[in-house]
Amino acid sequence: MASKHNKKEEGCSRRQFLLRTAAACGLSAVAGAWGYVFYSKEPVRTSASKIYTFRDYRVEDKKIYPQLAVARGKDADKMVRAAIERIGGMGRFVSPGEKVLLKPNAAWDRQPEQAANTNPAVVASVVRLCLEARASEVWVTDVSVNDPYRCFARSGIEDAVKRAGGKIRLAAENDFVLTDLKGESLKVWPVSRFYHQADKVINLPIVKHHSLSKCTMAMKNLYGSLGGQRNRLHQDINTAIADLASAIRPTLTVMDATRVLMRNGPTGGNLSDVAIENTVIAGTDLVAVEAYGLRFLNLQAADVPFIGMAEKRGLGISDWKSLNVAEINV
Amino acid sequence: MMARLLTLRNIRRSYAVFFILLFVLLLWLTGFRRIRGYETPLFLELDPLVAVASFLTSWTVYKGLALSLIIIIGTLFFGRFFCSWICPLGIINQVAGSIFNKLRAVDTVALNSYRSLYRLKYYILAVLGVIAALGSLQIGLFDPISLITRSFAISVLPGLNNNSGRLYLKQPLFHGGTFLGMIFLAVLFANRFLPRFWCRAVCPLGALLGLLSFRPFFSIWRDVDRCTDCKKCLAHCHGGCDPDTAVRTAECHLCLNCIEDCPEDAIHYGLSSLSSSVHGPLDVGRRRLIESAVAGALVFPVMRSTISSKTAPQYRVIRPPGSIREEDFLRRCIKCGKCMKVCPTNAIHPALLEAGFEGIWTPVLINSIGYCEYNCVLCSHVCPTGAITPLTVEKKLGKAAGQKPVKIGTAFYDRGRCLPWAMNTDCIVCEEVCPTSPKAIWFETVEVQLRNGAKKILKQPRVDPNLCIGCGICENKCPIHDYPAVRVTSIGETRSSINQMILKS
Repeated sequence: MASKHNKKEEGCSRRQFLLRTAAACGLSAVAGAWGYVFYSKEPVRTSASKIYTFRDYRVEDKKIYPQLAVARGKDADKMVRAAIERIGGMGRFVSPGEKVLLKPNAAWDRQPEQAANTNPAVVASVVRLCLEARASEVWVTDVSVNDPYRCFARSGIEDAVKRAGGKIRLAAENDFVLTDLKGESLKVWPVSRFYHQADKVINLPIVKHHSLSKCTMAMKNLYGSLGGQRNRLHQDINTAIADLASAIRPTLTVMDATRVLMRNGPTGGNLSDVAIENTVIAGTDLVAVEAYGLRFLNLQAADVPFIGMAEKRGLGISDWKSLNVAEINV
Repeated sequence: MMARLLTLRNIRRSYAVFFILLFVLLLWLTGFRRIRGYETPLFLELDPLVAVASFLTSWTVYKGLALSLIIIIGTLFFGRFFCSWICPLGIINQVAGSIFNKLRAVDTVALNSYRSLYRLKYYILAVLGVIAALGSLQIGLFDPISLITRSFAISVLPGLNNNSGRLYLKQPLFHGGTFLGMIFLAVLFANRFLPRFWCRAVCPLGALLGLLSFRPFFSIWRDVDRCTDCKKCLAHCHGGCDPDTAVRTAECHLCLNCIEDCPEDAIHYGLSSLSSSVHGPLDVGRRRLIESAVAGALVFPVMRSTISSKTAPQYRVIRPPGSIREEDFLRRCIKCGKCMKVCPTNAIHPALLEAGFEGIWTPVLINSIGYCEYNCVLCSHVCPTGAITPLTVEKKLGKAAGQKPVKIGTAFYDRGRCLPWAMNTDCIVCEEVCPTSPKAIWFETVEVQLRNGAKKILKQPRVDPNLCIGCGICENKCPIHDYPAVRVTSIGETRSSINQMILKS
């Protein structure tokens, strides 16, 4: 009886036999080649990602200008302008068409009065000076400790920067690239790629108290370039800060001491911990700026080991009194 | 031209597009950068099921939930228009269903005919309603707006972002997000077998609106004199409501496709005419309904026969600031996930069984992923049901005279894991990030002896329980990040009178 299960296979012709043989040999060859080409003694293929290094953002040192300019006054914009004017003007640091990266301290979801973040007026003023020096773009960035959107919005920096014509650039996870800091305790770390895209970097710290490192100013502000698990840096904080200062050599440092957080740092939160100092310090020597700032927190250079370490590495001079310091009242 | 474009179904489609876009827009606005006082929980507030169920558990119609009266009254007059015109899950299911239907040859007349399976949703409504009346709000498990809000906030939007930085700066990751995403995909995939399976067979909101639209003022009518029984009206029927015989108004989604598909002009929407067919009955037997209600009454004590955050405080159940007492919280939370979407640090997660069976998918803080931002009160402002009551920053931080800050838990040190305590290593990151002023984390400077006999000065951290608000940033930033050396548990939370430890504070 005919059933669908009884259908018979037709015989194999010579042509079919040759075709099938060719197909079987061909597929076997492909299988062999696949094994040959992809044979590996390692269980996974590790793609070596590119490791970046920081460029030197500094400009040529000119002896005719004072190394440090200290401006005192009420108006942040005037103080910043006067201080930078004294050390050669922004034209000395930023050439037309360059991309400039500003690194304020915008680590915390706090308001400007609480002095946990750099004064937005100082940041805006530097943005304007860079644009006046015909920088093509001015980026403002930080890797905040609190939620970055909140930090930039509530510190007033986002608004001030946008009004001044600058751009806020916040690093998403894929914006971090591995960078060799070549330090004693800091080797290869994720760093936001804006540092490698910018031509110049201007460091905009604020003077604050910090329980472990005693103070957080110009040198420790560079922490904010790092991503990854940077909370491990606290275990050897002095070496880590010195390493950062060796790796990142900013073009210019403009330190905000308009309001100084004296206690409960670096977060603050209470206005009674804030001292009004109405000072802005500008300089190319990171160590000298740092050392000058100690006075606001009643510290000596000897209290802060990383300043001595940085000086020993030849990063700057901590004895700022030996330098040419210009003091301006505006 | 205009008349050809302005067909009934195109009018409905434009409403559907508008509402689905509005839904996504409101969810996208649910974040610190964009929220600016928009009524982001609008869809949840329009949802009558949320209003009715949370009314049954707490005898209040909370604030915005009064908006659901628009839908309730509208349904009484016009029928179940919500399902195909407004409901984002209904619209997505309809799109999925039409795509699946187009992909293969199907008998749409058979697929769109009424099936007794569609009674199931009334039983689900009965079970959940009885449980709610007895005091447990489980409606959020099945409520379509809660389901789609939760799925989008926890799975779809984070999945779309995929580390790109387009939607979120930091990729949000949610506890059990994959599971919730799978449920959502399963709901969509069910359309492969039966178009709008969820809406027709499962959705308790559909059931509630079905009850309300059993005899609506306006409805679909079939003219028996004109009808030739060609069944073309079933080809694109959304609800499966038998427009070819006696229309089941409780099932009708008011898609109006049958009107346009009818070659004889035999179907109209409005009041009945002299030759109109009778309407079909509500296909729910009294006996079955009572059985379901009894089932709900039986499920309730079984559900309660487990340890939950209500019977004994659970250390991992850290609720967002502003949350009401746990017992009341579980009576109000519909598990919609709005608070999880708005949280800027990705701290709020859907619980699995940490808070007991009743607390499934309710919000808990997981500090190893995020932490409660000191100056942030966003979660309290997006909650549609008042499980988290609105806070001001001043109130949260206790800035007013005589007020204490809202405390959601307390931090404890694990001295066996903490670097300065256990490993003689400098650290105190926790002290650095502690947001209160004065800081709740303080330290003692001690001299310790190392293995090699050398001395070392170390700062060993401690918590002041009277200052700690339980925000969890210390736990979040602890370098021992697989199992932090400082951890926050729920004890000491302001909202509880029993989950306390300190006698005097």
